[in-house]
Amino acid sequence: MSEPMSLLQKKLEAGHFVVCSELGPPIGANVDFIKKKARKLVGYVDGVNVTDNQTAIVRMSSIVAAHFAREEGLEMIIQATTRDRNRIGLQSDILGASSLGLNNVLCLTGDHQSFGMDPGSKNVFDLDSVQLIRAVHNMVHKGVLLNGKEMKVPPKMFIGAAANPFGDPFEMQMMKVEKKIEAGAQFIQTQAIYNLDKFEYWMEEVRKRGIHEKAYIMAGILPAKSVKALRMMKTDVAGMDVPDSLIERMEKCEDPEEEGVKVAIEIIERVRKIEGIRGIHLMPVGWEKITPEIIERAGLYPRPEVE
Amino acid sequence: MIVGQQKKAEEIIKMLGEDWDSLLIAGCGTCVTVSLAGGEREVEALANLLKIYYGKKGKKVTISTDTVTRQCDFEFIDDIGEKIEDHDVILSLACGVGVQHLVERHPQKVVFPGLNTSFYGATTGVGEWAERCVGCGECILDRFGGVCPVARCSKSLLNGPCGGAQDGKCEVDDDIDCGWELIYNRLKDLNLLESLLVFEDPKDWQHYRDGGPRKLINKEYYNE
Ligand code: SF4
Ligand code: SF4
Repeated sequence: MSEPMSLLQKKLEAGHFVVCSELGPPIGANVDFIKKKARKLVGYVDGVNVTDNQTAIVRMSSIVAAHFAREEGLEMIIQATTRDRNRIGLQSDILGASSLGLNNVLCLTGDHQSFGMDPGSKNVFDLDSVQLIRAVHNMVHKGVLLNGKEMKVPPKMFIGAAANPFGDPFEMQMMKVEKKIEAGAQFIQTQAIYNLDKFEYWMEEVRKRGIHEKAYIMAGILPAKSVKALRMMKTDVAGMDVPDSLIERMEKCEDPEEEGVKVAIEIIERVRKIEGIRGIHLMPVGWEKITPEIIERAGLYPRPEVE
Repeated sequence: MIVGQQKKAEEIIKMLGEDWDSLLIAGCGTCVTVSLAGGEREVEALANLLKIYYGKKGKKVTISTDTVTRQCDFEFIDDIGEKIEDHDVILSLACGVGVQHLVERHPQKVVFPGLNTSFYGATTGVGEWAERCVGCGECILDRFGGVCPVARCSKSLLNGPCGGAQDGKCEVDDDIDCGWELIYNRLKDLNLLESLLVFEDPKDWQHYRDGGPRKLINKEYYNE
């Protein structure tokens, strides 16, 4: 095993159950906005993802926003989608991010631009996520760019990938996960989980294939604060599985925010027990302030320190 | 074949402007005839429509029609060479290739495009065509069970699907079949699913539009 590339990797290698969270950059150039959000998370999380123009909506760049959040004392995970940048831009960004001390990257294909406000834009998709993972792996571990050019000072990156346990066809999605790990993915963050039975089945298959021994798997948790949010995810978000029983439960409850927190905690408790789950990835879209409360109530506070 | 769609009449009328007395509508007898956009039938229908329009407006115009075998060959364009010269403006109902070839043969003429050239596709139903290839210049169909990931996956992914498909439909639109689901089903039928685990290298897009306008020479036949 080579030297850990980041603090997050160190914690995982030390055997800690990690907690990651997410931060959406602003539509605008507001640095205070990021710093304020970041400060609220300090001490509660082991890593924070910064989305890269998520759902194809223009926002401050993932790397720049991650840089400002890092200045507040957070360990950051940048996201890189192949939708907006070709191999030249992506590799250049990896070099830039590493030089800023941003040493975790989640490599993604990205939502199609038709989801956002610029459906008329031209997409790139020069590489797919698997090719990007391989490219970053070769940059970091072999010191070469995609074109074969050697670097005197290679970047340092702990490389991650996404997986959707609810995507169809099941077998093909599983093969894609294997391929990502084969290409060099060291950690996996999953799509938000609501359907636990299906997720447990997916993890069974993951263990059968030995995937959990090759990469650290973090379970995606998306606390929903209203029944409307859940319904929206069910119908409008690509690849989400929201059981009707959960929607009913949220409908019937008196305090949807409290219920949303409870549901999130229940899911966390269940996924913690699953063999092969090494952490959680909280994605409280539009409800970031709830993160510390959920982490405390789930008994995941304080976070471990590593040397 | 190349699939095209006729522009709306209002757009054509606006494009043509007022600065002419005689118009030739030139159809093309190959691809766009099949996609019911620019063949003889469409040429005549459009001519009738424009005659009525200009008649009502009281503009005195001559509108003629002709359809050649292919507008992408000078040989066929020359069949109506004189007719082209005899008219003030030409409205071509060929694909963009045909329009430009007309311009090249008759550099003094103003030629307007009457179609939107849509894609390379197949006839998939009565009055229905669907894209199947983007002409990437380096065909890789052999490795995908004969279903093109470049043209039929909305993101041109080469190493498997994104996580967005639902019930076999692409995340972009319910009307689009997920190309990767099609590849998967095909490879499964062929007992070749394991090939999905093979890493597909980044594509060399130089052979596509990204290498600049393309040209092809067959040395066997080419004479300078
Ligand atoms: S691989 Fe290229 S040439 Fe072959 S069908 Fe697809 S787009 Fe066309
Ligand atoms: S849903 Fe299927 S066709 Fe659409 S982008 Fe994803 S993999 Fe490609």
